[in-house]
Amino acid sequence: MSEATKNRGLLAWIDARFPFSKLWIEHAAGYYAPKNFNFWYYFGSLAIFVLVLQLVTGIWLTMYYKPDAELAFASIQYIMRDVHWGWLIRYLHSTGASAFFIVIYLHMFRGLLYGSYRKPRELIWLIGMVIYAVLMAEAFFGYLLPWGQMSYWGAQVITSLFGAVPWVGDTLMIWIRGDYTISDVTLNRFFALHVAAMPLLLIALVVLHITALHEVGSNNPDGIEIKRHKNANGIPLDGVPFHPYYTIKDTVGLTVFLMVFAFVVFYAPGMLGLFLEPENFEPANPLSTPEHIAPVWYFTPFYSILRCIPDKLWGVVALASSIFVLFLLPWLDRGKVRSVRYRGLGFKIALALFVIALLVLGHLGGNPPSPGRNLVARICAVIYFGYFVFLWVYTFFGLEKTKPEPDRVTDGSAKWMQKLMRRLMQKWKQWRRLEETQREPM
Amino acid sequence: MKREGADLKRRRLLTGAAGVVGGVGVAYSAVPFLAYWQPGAQAEAAAAPVEVDISKLAPGQKIDVDWRGKPIWIFRRGARELATLRKISDLLRDPRSLVSSQQPPYCQNLARAIRPEYGVMIGICTHLGCIPLYEPEPGSVDNKWLGGFFCPCHGSKYDLAGRVYKGVPAPLNLEVPPHWYPSASRIIIGEHPEKGAVS
Repeated sequence: MSEATKNRGLLAWIDARFPFSKLWIEHAAGYYAPKNFNFWYYFGSLAIFVLVLQLVTGIWLTMYYKPDAELAFASIQYIMRDVHWGWLIRYLHSTGASAFFIVIYLHMFRGLLYGSYRKPRELIWLIGMVIYAVLMAEAFFGYLLPWGQMSYWGAQVITSLFGAVPWVGDTLMIWIRGDYTISDVTLNRFFALHVAAMPLLLIALVVLHITALHEVGSNNPDGIEIKRHKNANGIPLDGVPFHPYYTIKDTVGLTVFLMVFAFVVFYAPGMLGLFLEPENFEPANPLSTPEHIAPVWYFTPFYSILRCIPDKLWGVVALASSIFVLFLLPWLDRGKVRSVRYRGLGFKIALALFVIALLVLGHLGGNPPSPGRNLVARICAVIYFGYFVFLWVYTFFGLEKTKPEPDRVTDGSAKWMQKLMRRLMQKWKQWRRLEETQREPM
Repeated sequence: MKREGADLKRRRLLTGAAGVVGGVGVAYSAVPFLAYWQPGAQAEAAAAPVEVDISKLAPGQKIDVDWRGKPIWIFRRGARELATLRKISDLLRDPRSLVSSQQPPYCQNLARAIRPEYGVMIGICTHLGCIPLYEPEPGSVDNKWLGGFFCPCHGSKYDLAGRVYKGVPAPLNLEVPPHWYPSASRIIIGEHPEKGAVS
């Protein structure tokens, strides 16, 4: 019996008992994705990679970490100094947390650019938003664990937000903390949530996200359905099998990502205080608040929105709304086309302003408040919420002037590069010819 | 994947080359994750050699010391105890300590010791890891008993040099840890003798 038939025998044996080949074909070799994916389509697979990296490094960290207010800070110092490669595992995990948000934000921005949240992909967007919310909770719980000053006071401030809820606020806050202040009890429950509950939830949600995606099929930079044009076998003409085409392409993306990631891990793990805040190198002290408390960069835009409103309850409402409004996006946007390529000028300007406002809010949230900064933050908060209001008005009342969508996918952004390459090749050939003619007389 | 018009040989080579390079990378990245499981500095410090004062140990007495979380026996043998070691060779499994894993080469002798007077042994039965009892008195375990160690778990017997008897479940002699004497009254457990050390 040859090697090949032996393998086929094993595969047949498994397939009769478990849908291995079926799953492989449904989700990889027979999953047809649009052939025009561009740069923005790397971040889905990168998010999965970072999730796995966080799970593995996180499990490794728990092997030495002690979830005890007396021991937590020292146990991390022990990992950093005295455990073999402990510094690397810990920096992979802390840098991985920031990388996770960078990747997720770019992944979400892709959705805004190309209208990936639009019908029939509303559930993909909703599940994705739940993943984002759970990821924020996961990051928040994890940030308490090093038990540094910023861990402690960050948790103090964020759990205090629940105190703003009318009537039950105080009870709720104490219930979350398990004590009258952030204490050993809080540390223990945040540890349980961070290492078990949230990761399990994340994995389950990612499975749902991908299942929903593979049911309706991927959107693409042109925002048109590739399923409208199929060949005799029912295969989309503009689709290519996910494996090997996108598995290989994503591997290239992963390689580039890893280069940047490794550079940060090895040369700038604190990222100038953005990824690891300097205050957190001091053990938690319940009797002294650091001069300036700022959340990690990925929370700062929302923190800015909270802070710029001069009322406790309404500040919390604005904070919660700034996340919640994203859930409504599929129903707020009623435009005729999905992709930014064919949308009206108003949409492009609004999206650009939205991104600028978000970046400015993020910058302000990492700095101490001042009257001038508060004013800028309020303007940016209005732009942030304004984007959603504008989007609804703009599309609901048919104010948007769209360009005609193509019938089939285009190579879009790659076109200028093809032109450039062609021109370079022509120049090269001309130069070669010139050189040869000059050489002949000799 | 299209096969028509493709250079399959070239494709196979490129796939193989990329796979090998990637595989080497993955293998290298596995190193920190595997090394992480090695004992850290705390565990290494706890495993450091221990120094013991034996000046007050009288013949027939035994003290227990902790080294790497294991019980180390240090016991002193008088002339009577040492004399028993020659009488019972026929009853032992490995009377000449030929199994080299059970003692350092400098202890492969009759008393399995650097100084015959002092026995140094890891007090863990080679059968299933119980701690045998010190029974130095003749006749205390059975009528023919000349003194030694008796494991209460499954009845293994050892003589006063930690050598195992025939016909008991334990397969090997008790293990002698590395040790040396920096002076006549001190002993260091966990290190082999250095040049010029008192022995």
